[in-house]
Amino acid sequence: MIDTSVPVQQNLPRAGGHRFLATIKPPRVALNVLLLVVALLWLMPTITLAIISLRPESLYQVSGWWKILTAPSQFTFSNYSQLFSQGLAAGGLLDSLVTSLEITVPATLLVTLLSSLAAYSIVFGRWRGRTAVFLGVVGLMVVPVQVALLPVVQLYRAFGSLTGFNPYGTIEGVVIFHVAFGLPFGIFLMRNFYVGIPLDLVEAARIDGAGEVKLFRRLIVPLGMPAVASLLIFQFIWVWNDLLVALVFLGGYPHTPLTLFLYGQTRALGENYWIISTGGMISIIVPLIVFFSFQRYFVRGMLAGAVK
Amino acid sequence: MAILEAPSDQLADVVPAPRHRPWWRHTSSLLFLVPATIWLLAIVIYPVFATIRYSLFDETASHFVGLSNFKTLFTSDDLLVAFRNNIIWVVIFPFFVTFFGLVFAVLTERIGWATVFKTIIVMPIVFSTTASALVWAEIFTNSQPQIGAVNAFLETVSDWFNPPGLYPISSSAGQTVAGLASYGLHPGASNTLLSSSTVHPGGVVRLGMVGIVPTTLQTLGAEQAHLPNAASGVVSGVVWRDFSPTSSNLTTPQAGEDGLPDMRLALVSSAGAQLASTSTDAHGTFQFTGVQPGTYHVEVAASNFGSGFAGVNWLGSQSLTPTGGAGQTAQALFSVPLIDMSMIIAYLWIWAGFAMVILAAGLASIDRAVLEATRIDGATELQTFRRVTMPLLAPVLTVVFVTMVINVLKIFDIVINMAPGSSQQQANTLALSIYNDGFTSGIHTGLASAIAVVLFVLVVPAMLWNLKKLKASGY
Repeated sequence: MIDTSVPVQQNLPRAGGHRFLATIKPPRVALNVLLLVVALLWLMPTITLAIISLRPESLYQVSGWWKILTAPSQFTFSNYSQLFSQGLAAGGLLDSLVTSLEITVPATLLVTLLSSLAAYSIVFGRWRGRTAVFLGVVGLMVVPVQVALLPVVQLYRAFGSLTGFNPYGTIEGVVIFHVAFGLPFGIFLMRNFYVGIPLDLVEAARIDGAGEVKLFRRLIVPLGMPAVASLLIFQFIWVWNDLLVALVFLGGYPHTPLTLFLYGQTRALGENYWIISTGGMISIIVPLIVFFSFQRYFVRGMLAGAVK
Repeated sequence: MAILEAPSDQLADVVPAPRHRPWWRHTSSLLFLVPATIWLLAIVIYPVFATIRYSLFDETASHFVGLSNFKTLFTSDDLLVAFRNNIIWVVIFPFFVTFFGLVFAVLTERIGWATVFKTIIVMPIVFSTTASALVWAEIFTNSQPQIGAVNAFLETVSDWFNPPGLYPISSSAGQTVAGLASYGLHPGASNTLLSSSTVHPGGVVRLGMVGIVPTTLQTLGAEQAHLPNAASGVVSGVVWRDFSPTSSNLTTPQAGEDGLPDMRLALVSSAGAQLASTSTDAHGTFQFTGVQPGTYHVEVAASNFGSGFAGVNWLGSQSLTPTGGAGQTAQALFSVPLIDMSMIIAYLWIWAGFAMVILAAGLASIDRAVLEATRIDGATELQTFRRVTMPLLAPVLTVVFVTMVINVLKIFDIVINMAPGSSQQQANTLALSIYNDGFTSGIHTGLASAIAVVLFVLVVPAMLWNLKKLKASGY
C-alpha cells in the first residue's frame, strides 16, 4: 500500500504542469532560443526609442538607429541637455513633466481615498441595497470615457457660470474627470479585498465602541494596504498615460501633460523626432520606475481587475 | 445580497448592538459612500443620459431632430469607415492577443528565466499608448528603408535576392530606362539598352547616356571619358554621361564629360545570343577581346538600373482587399487598409503581456490532481491540454477576450498618434470620430453624441456579461 503511493508522488509534475509539448519533445534549447528571440523582439521598440533619443538630431533623417551599434561615437546626451536647458518654461518638456505630476498625484490619491471609503461602506455598512450599489458600480466599469466628454464640458461651463469657477481648461477639471472614471474600478478592487476581511473582526471592534471613522482608519486601512498599493499604481499609470481627457479638457491651458506634449510635437511642422523620442523616453521612465518598484502589486491589480 | 449580508445578520442576532449606541452610528457608514456617489452621478451617470439627449438634438443642442443624427451616422461614408475599422479591430485583435497570451503563458512554464521573460512582455502595458504609437510609427516608417526598421529589414532580404544596380532608376519619379539613352543607344528587351548600330571586331562603339545624377558619378569615382583606340579582333568603346552644358557635339565624349564606371555590358550576336560580358573602367571604356568576325550589338544590362527595394507604406491606407473599382460606400465598408494591420501589431505588443499574465494565473490555478489523473488514465500531454486544460481554462480565456473586445471598441490613442495625416481618415474609429466631430473644427454635438450612444450600446453586452459572471461567482 505504501509502495503504490510513492511512484505517483514521483510522477507529479514539477512547477508548471502543462507539459503538453513534451509529446513533441522539442529540444529545450530550441524553446529557449525561440523565447529569447521573442523577448528581444519585444524589447526592440523600447530600445529604438532609447537609442533615437541618444543619437544626434542631425543623423535622424540620414540613417537608422541601429547604426549606433557600429558607430558608438554617435552616442550623445545633447537631445536631453537641449530639452532640459529650456527649464520650466511653459510648453517645455520639464514643464510637461511637472504638469503630468500635478494631474496624476491628486487624481490617484483622491480615487484611492474615495474608493476605500465607498468600498468600506459597501462591505461593512449596515444599510440596505449594498449589493445593488456594488453591481451598479461594476456596471459603470465599462462605460467609455468618450460618452461623458461633451456633457461634462457643458456641466463645467454651467458650474462656471453659477459659481465663477469653470473647471474647463484647468488642472482641476482634468483631475475631477479622472477621479470619476477611476472610481468604479477602484471601488471594485477595494471591495473585493475588503470582503476577505473577517466580519467578526469589525463587529468585535464595533462592540468595543469603535466608531466608523475610527474603525476605517485604525483597522480597515492598515489591513487593506496591499489593495491600496495595487490601486495607487494602477490609477497612477492610467492617469499618467491619458491623452484624450487632457486633449479635451485642457484646451487653452498653457501647460500640457507629457502625452499632450508628445501629441503636439507630432502635429508640429518640421523634423522634430528628436524631441518626440527624448520626450517619449522621459514619459515612459516614470511609469517604468513605478512598475519595477511595485511589480508584484501591479500584477495583483491586473488579476483582481480581470478575474474575480 | 443575501450572501453578502448573511454573516452580519447572523452576528447581529447573536450579539445585538449595544443599546447606548446613538442612531447616527448605524448610518454613518452610509456617509462614506456620499463623495463617490456624487462624483459618479455627476461625471459618469448624468453624462450618459445627457449624451443620449444630445444625440436627438441638432449641432447646437437646441432643436430636437429625432433620429436624424443616427441616420447621418449610418449613411456617411466617413463614419462607415470608422465602423468598419472598429469591426476589423474587434474581429482580429482580441483573437490574436488571447492566442499570443496563451502561447506565452504555456511556454514560459517550461523555461528557467520565466520571470525575466514575463517582465519583458508585460513592460509595454505601463507605457502611454501615445509613446508606444510614436515608436511604432517610427518602426514602420513609410518608404524610407534607411530609417524604418521593418523596411530596413525587408530591404536587406530583398537586396539578397534582387540587388539594386549602381545606376538605379526611380520609377516613382517617372524615370524609365529608355529615357537614359542619349546617343548610339535604343531600348532593348526588358529594361536593357542596345547599341543602335551594329559593330564588327576592330570597331569602337560610343554609347552616350543622360539622366545620371552627378553625385552617383562622384561616389563611383568616375573620370574624364575618352575614346579607346581600335584594335583588331577587339570590340571596344565608351559609355559616358553625354551631358555637358557647354558642348554642341553630342556624338563623342567632350572635355568635362565623365565615363560611367562599372557599367555591366554584354556582347550580343545578331541572333540575340549573349556571347561575352564585361564592365567599364573609371573612364567608361570597355573592350571585348578575341571576337570572331561577324556583326554584333553591345547591350547595357538591365541589372545596372535595378532600383532595389522601395519600401512598403506600412502606415498608408492602401487596401488589402480588392476594392479599387468599387463605389465609394462599398470601399468604405469593405476596404482593409494596411495601416490597420500595422496598428494591430503595435497594439499586440502593448497588450500581449496582459493576456499572458491573466492566462498564466489561470493555468496555475488548475488543480494539479485533475491533470495527474488524466495522465495516469493514459492520456498524452497533448490530449490532456486539449481535453482538460483548455476547457478548464475557457472561463479565463473568455475574460481576456471580452476585456480586449471592450478595449478595442474604445480604441483611440493609437490611431490618433500612429496614423499619419494622410491615412488617418481611412484609419478612423468610432472613438476617434467622437473626438473629431465633437471637439475639433466644426463642432457637431449631435452627431458626436450619436456616435457616443452607439459606442455605449456596443459595450452594454460586455457590461451585462460582467454582471452575470459576478452573480454566478456569488459575488
